[in-house]
Amino acid sequence: MTNEALQNIISSWIPELEFTEEDSQFLTIIVKPEQLHQLMSQLKSTSETNFDYLFCVTGMDWGKELGVIYHLESTTHRHIIVVKVKTEDKENPTLDTVSNIWRTAEFHEREVFDFFGIKFNNHPNLKRLFLTNEWDGFPLRKDYVDETNMIIK
Amino acid sequence: MDTTTVNNFKSEEYFINMGPQHPATHGVLRLLLTIDGEIIKKVEPDLGYIHRSIEKMCERDSYQQIVHLTDRMDYLSSHINNEAVCLTVENALQLEIPERVKVIRTIIGELTRIASHCLWWGVMGMDVGALTTYFYGFRDREMINDIFEETCGARLTMNYNIPGGLMFDIHPNFVKRTKEFVAHFKTKIPEYNRLLTGNVIFQKRMKGVGILTKEDAISFGASGPVARGSGYSCDVRKHHPYSALDKVTFKEALKTEGDSLSRYEVRIQEMWESLSIIEQLIDNIPEGEHKVATKAVIKLPKGEFYQKVETARGELGVFINSTGTKNPYRLKFRSPGFSNLSLLNHIAVGGKIGDLVASMATLDLVIPDIDR
Amino acid sequence: MNITLSITKTIYEFLAGYLSNDAANIGTMVTIALIYLAIFAVAGLYLVLLERKVAAWFQLRIGPNRVGFWGLLQTMADALKLVSKELTGTVKADKFLYNLAPYFVIVSSLMALAVFPFTKEFQAFDINIGVFFLIAISSIGVIGILLGGWASNNKFALIGAMRSGVQTISYELSVGLSLLTMILITGTLQLSEIVEIQKNGWLIVQGHIPAIIAFMIYMIAGTAETNRAPFDMVEAESELGAGFHTEYSGMKFAYFFLAEFINMFIIAAIATTVFFGGWLSPFGITESIPWLGVFWFMGKTLVLVFLIMWFRWTFPRLRVDQLLTLEWKYLLPLNLLNIVLMALIVWLNLTIQF
Repeated sequence: MTNEALQNIISSWIPELEFTEEDSQFLTIIVKPEQLHQLMSQLKSTSETNFDYLFCVTGMDWGKELGVIYHLESTTHRHIIVVKVKTEDKENPTLDTVSNIWRTAEFHEREVFDFFGIKFNNHPNLKRLFLTNEWDGFPLRKDYVDETNMIIK
Repeated sequence: MDTTTVNNFKSEEYFINMGPQHPATHGVLRLLLTIDGEIIKKVEPDLGYIHRSIEKMCERDSYQQIVHLTDRMDYLSSHINNEAVCLTVENALQLEIPERVKVIRTIIGELTRIASHCLWWGVMGMDVGALTTYFYGFRDREMINDIFEETCGARLTMNYNIPGGLMFDIHPNFVKRTKEFVAHFKTKIPEYNRLLTGNVIFQKRMKGVGILTKEDAISFGASGPVARGSGYSCDVRKHHPYSALDKVTFKEALKTEGDSLSRYEVRIQEMWESLSIIEQLIDNIPEGEHKVATKAVIKLPKGEFYQKVETARGELGVFINSTGTKNPYRLKFRSPGFSNLSLLNHIAVGGKIGDLVASMATLDLVIPDIDR
Repeated sequence: MNITLSITKTIYEFLAGYLSNDAANIGTMVTIALIYLAIFAVAGLYLVLLERKVAAWFQLRIGPNRVGFWGLLQTMADALKLVSKELTGTVKADKFLYNLAPYFVIVSSLMALAVFPFTKEFQAFDINIGVFFLIAISSIGVIGILLGGWASNNKFALIGAMRSGVQTISYELSVGLSLLTMILITGTLQLSEIVEIQKNGWLIVQGHIPAIIAFMIYMIAGTAETNRAPFDMVEAESELGAGFHTEYSGMKFAYFFLAEFINMFIIAAIATTVFFGGWLSPFGITESIPWLGVFWFMGKTLVLVFLIMWFRWTFPRLRVDQLLTLEWKYLLPLNLLNIVLMALIVWLNLTIQF
């Protein structure tokens, strides 16, 4: 399905979404944290879009905001779409989990929590994944400092 | 008290650690098993033993240096990992890659796939108890490693692909030795089948064990032979072809039963298909340059770029978010093993410990790929 | 002094010249025991080397060839190393049982070794219930394994010991029944007489079809009894460490390890004696030179040992429940039917005699 048709269908569900196609080869949707779960479940359950394969979950630190980028693909229509969600709260960032929609998100969201500190509501097992439980700080954030281990050029 | 702690300590249940040092291989993976007699109740992987913060390092390194980091991730498909990053950078810069480079990249990628599957087969046999298969698999992998050593200079971490092409041109013996290898290996796969695949004991260990349905495979984000064994057609070489893959014809190995035996047979079939791809390309390598000149300091334009490739384990994705500087702002590797590992708990619960070992061997995990 | 092939008599007569009869008896027994202990130790060591060489041959390698010509001194070096290791013990292990366990396994193997007829009269202990004695003795070895696993105070060792105990007890039935099938032809349990009867043709030829079936069942059950692959779930290295002997080190570990190889030798030796004619030469070619019987016996046994080793390096491992299903649902009914078949053949005089 073309990006235009996708944009038409998706914007009919939730009006305040931002769509952009610049800077990326795929159609990108920017959604607010409150509407994230609703948008995701509709993207999966609607048969014209049928995005049932979540293949990449990337945590991002945009400087002022933290967020997650989801890459979705449909196994039947073979189109790809990107969903971005941002939150300004850097002290206690929380987002809704999508692990009840795609089970692969369980591990991916644990990784995002481990490296960025973003908590996910209703996640079945939100613990650190790679780093030990006693680790202090969130390494992939841009303001992370570690004099002993990080080599800065 | 949260339910997870209570569940772990019921009185009849044992809590066993298949610790980071395995007598079998797979790398440093720690599995916490909760078993009741012989039946497994819960499998929880504990990762991070070989986490080297590759993604953080990539935010500091230049694009040519990043290529060197990628072959330490999934070291069994190192060429294909390099190719992934190089393709992302080249597509972002919109470079025109010569045909010669594309064909050579595809041939080397398929040789890497065969080498990885040879090692997987050897280790698979060892895990279920047939200790001789390890040596037969390595005997054939050594032939491929010798070809690579002559052309690229290294046997494991090759670094032959660079953004813009190849580091140097192929050695004059490359075509001849590859053709000899293909002829030799065609007689070996039937030997593998005679030794292991057709064996009654092996079939009983693998048939009906570790069943993964197609819906679960898609929901868990499985890719590669794991998903193809359950009937989900996901070969990146077919759906999003790259390099010279749109010029070759090959069949995608698909099976529908979803048990360990079908994942095993998918990989054996993939070895045949890789041999066929190499044969189609090896005689007609186009003449030309082996690389395109790029600037010494590569700067990607502002934007987000994503490239998928098919490694021996599954779909590897490289996501680069660049702000126009000489380092990426964020680089993420979508590793196939990560999603494949997440379904281990789902397929192992309710089975026996012997089944866990057999299923894990068919998932073909390489832990540095998961931990990055 | 009369040196005949009957070593017991020779040593007894030698000692009776110097001591009283009772003391000579005891002296004989002690000497024979020491001789057999020496044979046990040497045989065990060289079987280990043979296994390593055979494994290397299957795996396209050479095997040990540095220590001594062709690696012949390799196991000596390994034994020296094991002897010099520290004997560790776990803190909460039951000390007495922990130390006792290896001895059960060795003693049962040694006792079984004593009854084999290596050639015409070269037999330490010619008891008239020979076969029965052998089967009974091999059951004692299980106690050693279970004790070892329990007394180590280690979860993995316990699981391994339980699996092994179950496996050994189940497969003893098959071993016993397949040997029983052959006793139907011989009519006697005494090992030297079983070999004498085979002067009319090896028992596997005399009994043709049921004897061949009995032999195959015996080989499968024998491999399972000694916990060798493809039935070595007990020591499945890729799964649970080292099974019931995880906590043993040094000499005690060496005992378990050697006992496994000697057991394998015993299984092959029983098969040679009962199925393949013991120390007799085929068609009686060297019947006039009785001491060559030792070479025929060893040759036939080593062929069977090679067969058992071949199994180990080729086949994958069976899962524990598949192993037990094999025994109780397939081998046992087949065995019982085979006994009926053999009884019919003996009754109707259909055995092949030469």
